[in-house]
Amino acid sequence: MPNLMELKYQVSNEDFTRAGEASSDVKKKLKQLGVSPDVIRRVAIALYEGEINMVIHAYGGEITVTISEERITMTLADRGPGIPDIDKAMQAGFSTAPDNVRNLGFGAGMGLPNMKKNSDTIDISTEIGVGTTVVMTINL
Amino acid sequence: MKVSDISKDGNFTLLTPTVSLDKDVDKLFCCDLLSIAMGKAPSGSCWVTVMSNVNTLAVATLTDVSCIVLAEGVTMDDTLKAKAASEDVAVFTTELPIYDAAKLIDSLR
Repeated sequence: MPNLMELKYQVSNEDFTRAGEASSDVKKKLKQLGVSPDVIRRVAIALYEGEINMVIHAYGGEITVTISEERITMTLADRGPGIPDIDKAMQAGFSTAPDNVRNLGFGAGMGLPNMKKNSDTIDISTEIGVGTTVVMTINL
Repeated sequence: MKVSDISKDGNFTLLTPTVSLDKDVDKLFCCDLLSIAMGKAPSGSCWVTVMSNVNTLAVATLTDVSCIVLAEGVTMDDTLKAKAASEDVAVFTTELPIYDAAKLIDSLR
């Protein structure tokens, strides 16, 4: 099945004022396409958490969102330190976020668990010192 | 109740006069950790918090809350107010603590 739409966004690190722009834009596009509010909310939450993670932990990266008739696929590829222990990172409450990030109201260790909870599939590939790629799909 | 009902109570000052107050408020939600609010804030709710930054607005728009109430006298600078207006999010400030603010809004329903 061909993709109906492909969207690409650049995410820069440490730019909290712009974090959320990709999620907001995807949300608007899905609304225009008439996707159900429940799916839009799950996409928005999963993508925003991913976007914030790229800002907090990585040195930026790229988000690609493809929309087909069956599903929405979100690929978040960052240049970053990688995740040493994915199982630990998936645990609710585990966080390596620095204090400045916690002061903004993040860093509660809910990012990856929220991403998992809101997507139908999540696949994380990571290489220490190179970066992490997270692929999430949400069925339509 | 509507967001406009909150603006009628003297305890709450509207920071975003250009935003429509016609949205329904179905629930109250109190949380200061954006990480939690992102996953849990119900759409259509009134979100009471002391956390006021650009990410608060991002979480509010992505979760479709109906309005934000900043408690404990917390406010927004002009840049943030303008951003809230452009995102169509109504924001109030109140001197009340979080619990009292939420309790009062709940009693308006």
